[in-house]
Amino acid sequence: MIDTATLWTVIICLGVGSFLLRFTFLGFVGDRPLPAWLLRHLRYTAVAILPALVAPLVVYSGEGGSTDITRVGAAIATLAVGMWTRNVFAAIGAGAATLFLLIYVL
Amino acid sequence: MPITTTKSAFWAGVRDGAPFIFVAGPFAMLFGVLATEAGLNVFEVMTFSLAVIAGAAQFTALQVMENDAPTVVVILSALAVNLRVAMYSAALTPYLGRAPLWQRVFAAYLLVDQSYALSHAKFEAVPDLTIPQRMAYYFGTCLLVMIVWFGMSYAGAALGTQLPADLPLDFALPIAFLSMVAPMVRTLPHLIAATVAVIVGLLAVSVPYSLGLIIAGAAGMMAGAQAELWLKGRSP
Repeated sequence: MIDTATLWTVIICLGVGSFLLRFTFLGFVGDRPLPAWLLRHLRYTAVAILPALVAPLVVYSGEGGSTDITRVGAAIATLAVGMWTRNVFAAIGAGAATLFLLIYVL
Repeated sequence: MPITTTKSAFWAGVRDGAPFIFVAGPFAMLFGVLATEAGLNVFEVMTFSLAVIAGAAQFTALQVMENDAPTVVVILSALAVNLRVAMYSAALTPYLGRAPLWQRVFAAYLLVDQSYALSHAKFEAVPDLTIPQRMAYYFGTCLLVMIVWFGMSYAGAALGTQLPADLPLDFALPIAFLSMVAPMVRTLPHLIAATVAVIVGLLAVSVPYSLGLIIAGAAGMMAGAQAELWLKGRSP
């Protein structure tokens, strides 16, 4: 369970932080161009952080950190369909269907 | 229909933004459900959605909090996921940077994937729009998506406690993340960034304070940036 003080600290800091991320350039920087190396790294933030967050959840998904094959199967199906169709819903549908199917079969 | 007035620009934005309610709606609802499952009440869920308006960052914060990570790691991880909005902000500045400050404050608050993608494409395609027309179009793209975002967050929070207990909800989040990230992997450097992040993320999983996530994310970003440079160097 998440404790209330932590939760509100996170909500407030994340709210302010997200606003600052959004406002920095639009509000403070104006028309000045950004250094190329910074933009180059920013381009890969989401495709790096999200997989890094998901990978342990998939691989150590079983009890006591073992690998649960139903979760791995669902993850592979989600990724494959998502990369193939570029459609978020098709990917979610494939992942959920695979998960239910594997839980039912195994 | 060509945009001739500020009003028509606003409604053009509303029309173009409409299909995105089908993207924002389900994620908002899922957030409401999972946050409720994690023990948040409706007021906390709504404040969270209202203050942050960023699906991926909110899911990240929720997940990392449930891992009992220190608060600062929770915030850093979620902000890292949200770094792309700084890029959007930079990309829109040449078009909106001369609008009045109060409008830019609201525009910044509402800056999400959808408002950025639609507006940037429109401003590039129709360069002779005035700044008020641009702002009107931008706010138009936000209207329906925001209504649906808050409404469905509420619906999810209200629904959360009533779902059957044997649903495998533990895995809703990984599936949601993977479905968001898969379409983003458009180029070889994207793929390299993701692969390096996964490998480092798995190796660094026992690093204390959930710092493995930050290390893996940074490694992925650097790998992506280096791969981009390397590929550019080879095919000038």
